[in-house]
Amino acid sequence: MSYKANFRIWRGDDEGGELADFVVEVNEGEVVLDIIHRLQATQAPDLAVRWNCKAGKCGSCSAEINGRPRLLCMTRMSTFTEDETITVTPLRTFPVIRDLVTDVSYNYVKAREVPSFKPPEGLKPGEYRMQQVDVERSQEFRKCIECFLCQNTCHVVRDHDENKESFSGPRFLMRISELEMHPLDTEDRVETAQADHGLGFCNITKCCTDVCPEHIQITDNALIPLKERVADRRYDPMQHLFRRIRKQ
Amino acid sequence: MTASTGPTGRARIEARTLRTDRWWLSPLLTAAGLTAFVVYGLVRTFANAHYWVPQYNYLAPFYSPCLSEVCVEGSAHFGRWFPDLGWLITPPLFVLPFVLGFRFTCYYYRKAYYRSFWLSPPACAVAEPHSKYTGERRFPLVMQNLHRYFFYAAIPVASVLTYDAVIAFKGADGGVGIGLGTLIMLVNVALIWAYTLSCHSCRHIVGGKLTHFSRHPVRYRLWTLVSKLNGKHMQLAWASLISVGLTDLYVALVASGVLTDLRLFN
Amino acid sequence: MSEIERHAYDVVVIGAGGAGLRAAIEAREQGKRVAIVCKSLFGKAHTVMAEGGIAAAMGNVNSRDNWQVHFRDTMRGGKFLNNWRMAELHAREAPDRVWELETYGALFDRTKDGRISQRNFGGHEYPRLAHVGDRTGLELIRSLQQQIVSLQQQDFRDSGDYEARIRVFAECTVTELLKDDGAIAGAFGYWRETGRFVLFEAPAVVLATGGVGKSFKVTSNSWEYTGDGHALALRAGASLINMEFIQFHPTGMVWPPSVKGILVTESVRGDGGVLRNSEGRRFMFDYIPEVFKDKYADNEAEADRWYTDPDSNRRPPELLPRDEVARAINSEVKAGRGTPHGGVFLDVSTRLPAEEIRRRLPSMHHQFKELADVDITAEPMEVGPTCHYVMGGVEVEPDTAQSRVPGLFAAGEVAGGMHGSNRLGGNSLSDLLVFGRRAGLGAASYVDGLSARPAISQSDVDSAAQWAQAPFNAAEGGEVENPYTVHTELQQSMNDLVGIIRKGGEIEQALENLEQLKIRARNAAVEGHRQFNPGWHLAIDLRNMILVSECVARAALLRTESRGGHTRDDYPGMDPLWRKQVLRCEADGDGIAVTSLPQPEMRSDLLDLFEREELQKYYTDSELAGHGELP
Ligand SMILES: Cc1cc2nc3c(=O)[nH]c(=O)nc-3n(C[C@H](O)[C@H](O)[C@H](O)COP(=O)(O)OP(=O)(O)OC[C@H]3O[C@@H](n4cnc5c(N)ncnc54)[C@H](O)[C@@H]3O)c2cc1C
Ligand code: SF4
Ligand code: SF4
Ligand code: FES
Ligand code: FES
Repeated sequence: MSYKANFRIWRGDDEGGELADFVVEVNEGEVVLDIIHRLQATQAPDLAVRWNCKAGKCGSCSAEINGRPRLLCMTRMSTFTEDETITVTPLRTFPVIRDLVTDVSYNYVKAREVPSFKPPEGLKPGEYRMQQVDVERSQEFRKCIECFLCQNTCHVVRDHDENKESFSGPRFLMRISELEMHPLDTEDRVETAQADHGLGFCNITKCCTDVCPEHIQITDNALIPLKERVADRRYDPMQHLFRRIRKQ
Repeated sequence: MTASTGPTGRARIEARTLRTDRWWLSPLLTAAGLTAFVVYGLVRTFANAHYWVPQYNYLAPFYSPCLSEVCVEGSAHFGRWFPDLGWLITPPLFVLPFVLGFRFTCYYYRKAYYRSFWLSPPACAVAEPHSKYTGERRFPLVMQNLHRYFFYAAIPVASVLTYDAVIAFKGADGGVGIGLGTLIMLVNVALIWAYTLSCHSCRHIVGGKLTHFSRHPVRYRLWTLVSKLNGKHMQLAWASLISVGLTDLYVALVASGVLTDLRLFN
Repeated sequence: MSEIERHAYDVVVIGAGGAGLRAAIEAREQGKRVAIVCKSLFGKAHTVMAEGGIAAAMGNVNSRDNWQVHFRDTMRGGKFLNNWRMAELHAREAPDRVWELETYGALFDRTKDGRISQRNFGGHEYPRLAHVGDRTGLELIRSLQQQIVSLQQQDFRDSGDYEARIRVFAECTVTELLKDDGAIAGAFGYWRETGRFVLFEAPAVVLATGGVGKSFKVTSNSWEYTGDGHALALRAGASLINMEFIQFHPTGMVWPPSVKGILVTESVRGDGGVLRNSEGRRFMFDYIPEVFKDKYADNEAEADRWYTDPDSNRRPPELLPRDEVARAINSEVKAGRGTPHGGVFLDVSTRLPAEEIRRRLPSMHHQFKELADVDITAEPMEVGPTCHYVMGGVEVEPDTAQSRVPGLFAAGEVAGGMHGSNRLGGNSLSDLLVFGRRAGLGAASYVDGLSARPAISQSDVDSAAQWAQAPFNAAEGGEVENPYTVHTELQQSMNDLVGIIRKGGEIEQALENLEQLKIRARNAAVEGHRQFNPGWHLAIDLRNMILVSECVARAALLRTESRGGHTRDDYPGMDPLWRKQVLRCEADGDGIAVTSLPQPEMRSDLLDLFEREELQKYYTDSELAGHGELP
């Protein structure tokens, strides 16, 4: 049941590159990553691609297939017709290193800027008690495999490189949400979410949610609730009043 | 287009997008749908007629609540708060800011019009045409953060529509009756409520803001319910938008005599 | 030779999986400057794939659980070949290590009273695996990763530099360890991105490089598992033990071909899934070995009752240790009772409501749906054995994790001894934390004890560089090989000849093949330049895979018995005399020499934890003289 498929793969580096054409064998049940591997083994041994688990668990093999950000290892060939030309390009938002491999260090820089979990004082390891209902929201966000597809797709940085400085991207705004919803965390990140991580850039257009291979409801469950928390703190005069009264 | 070239070290791919599917279809449909609604709304607002069917107590949702001196006989259930300010200031204009504001600042509609009208972005992984982008950080868009106040205002509005639906159970003889119009109004108000309660701000207020659900079992239950609805917020936004339009149209047609209401009972 | 990038650290940790990260955290907490070097991006190490859980006798679900029970289960699972001291430390310290993760921000699934929930797993007497759905490894690695970030933020506050005391060198492969006067002096490697060489000067190196599964065709392991750490240790003069023991996980996917080998977590069985052959029979009842008869149910009714009432029923045989289940599946398929694609059926759809399956096994549901078009809530899965874990590894001092080379430490899958001949599910993640921490501690105190820092000689650096570059020059030597082809042949040979069932003659054949492959690997040539060149990377890894495969084959040939992850068709029984012996591999020229060592004797208070009847199944009578006799 095998056939020959037409592939166009972007080859090059930061100095330039182009789409190269390949004709390659495809067998039943294969995913795009299998085809890239076949190309490496038979036609282009130095074709650079990043991958690890080949099971959708590590988030290494992110690329764009026919213009859509996806995991190479979770895109089955059966989703294409046999006469379709399949175009594979590197993530657009990050600097390219070579072929399909990009420099994703932006994400690690942003990760390092989110204030870490701050455990409650006086609780020793082993004494933590949390209810399942209280951890479930954060658990959804912790499914993230850090494929950075959401970061790549978000137009705030995809179309405006200059915003990278002041916008941490959906993945790390979600990380802030995760910690804010953590039942035992004692740090407050609501201010910094808006001021330093650029939550206000997000216009909730949901492309992050669309591409997330873990099907995390990033926009609905993380970003909008965070926006609401920021509104409580910053923009809602009534809440201001409430807080004042409470304090007194 | 700054996205694909320049000193950013990105792969130089000139195409604005390599998507091969019909990515433009969805923003196009959205734009068409929203435009149709706005046009219809304008026409109806300034027509200032055919919104009340006294026989069956049908009040067109665009004119509810009717709060002006100029409201036709029997349609002002909650008093006449505003004087006659001329033909340009029709009754809907007193309520519309709240109703439209609610939809305009709604997280879903924001997504819809940012994508379809402002093209920011037109579709995922399709470059937007603007050279600068600041999001919702500055005036006026920073005002979107006040959405919750529109949510508060939406509750009395939905309540009024509920009242309208209840009194529409009026028969030709003045007793209890049901017509197609009654049913339409009932469905409409159900959709309006579902849409209103599925609001993200509502979800936040009833429980989302809590860190410990386990200490607030009742609010957790509410949050769970609202979350279920919230998952369908987009669908409800469209369904309620269409139902408001159709309900209004139906009442208008009956009121103007183009249609006669189909009576099911009395 | 051009100028090489140099870095000086107190401790260099090779590997950013659970073991490496925990070691790095510990060394940093001890005040050391630490480098973490890893082949892939930070947070992508193999640990991320672990699904089922992390074993620790916290007793949250069944309060009868304690470290002694865990210790017993571990020894039984390893068929008493485990290094008892490692098993003891592991069982005692695992709960603390898991609780510690919560202070890093980990969110495990909870019990009703708010503690960490624990689930059943093969070979564990009580529910013992702390878990997060079926993505426990992800939680583990993310928590450690985030703790490292947290420490870096601390350093940033103190010094203005995030990387003042911990720096991650991601996508950087170490190809050689360097020594000074018999002790570790540093490590040599290359950046995958640029192909440039990099030198780490450090008195202590912690190996945490994981396993060797990529030498086998059907495997649940990723490309990283090329046995680099094993090979680095060998070349540095350290020894490996127990290399004949390879765990074949009973349930890997078998279809479609391109995903063959991808793991189906054991939790499917722990949560109620059952194995059936093509005739619909729950065949595991036919395969309960003598040594386990009193612990496992011999009929379906009792087995099913166990899920709700584990105290008065014996457990279902699907939860036997992995080696037993894998062999049983192998036999069923051989006997012609397999599925259309050569596996057996694993069914949870008739055992749990769909909703429950989606909640408890979300990533399995997702994996089958996406990759095989199978809805596991409605139909059975097809599964078969897959190469999963290597029990063997670097021979270490249990308390400090130091190898026989001063300054070289090893923890995690790359270390040997802890799991004996077979690892229990969930015991790896806890192993990573317990011995990762100990290795970090060991390395820190080793550095404290040094009077002078070792020096690296330029000639060692030059020859390391030459060695790494060889594949670019191979083409000059005449016969040219494609590294991808050599790799495929290696995998096929190991899979067929030194796989789940072994025979003396076949192993000898494999060794012959390995000699050939060794020569061909030397001729493996690559094109292009050094910048992110996967062909070159593979050519380098290939040499490690061949070296380690030779260890596996040589040790397997010598051990003339069947035990745990080593099954000899020609020696089907377990031999108590072999329990006393451990096979040690050392580098010998460009090959491997294997010697036999006596197994250290278990401390008597630990031996007393077992019934004499049980010990008799493993020990010779003379060894048991004086133990557990009636007064
Ligand atoms: C699919 C699957 C499921 C599993 N499920 C479970 C489970 O439920 N419970 C359990 O206890 N165990 C489980 N295991 C086993 C367990 O996950 C592994 O044994 C464990 O994660 C190994 O961790 P590690 O820290 O030793 O190494 P790894 O996490 O594999 O990390 C190895 C690191 O070393 C680096 N490295 C390797 N070579 C080099 C080099 N030459 N230079 C630089 N860096 C190098 C790699 O880049 C990587 O960062 C599972 C394994 C698999 C494959
Ligand atoms: S919803 Fe916000 S964060 Fe997500 S892609 Fe859109 S703008 Fe970016
Ligand atoms: S949130 Fe989803 S898309 Fe974004 S990095 Fe995580 S897994 Fe990838
Ligand atoms: S290779 Fe791990 S997600 Fe694709
Ligand atoms: S109404 Fe849509 S979010 Fe509030």
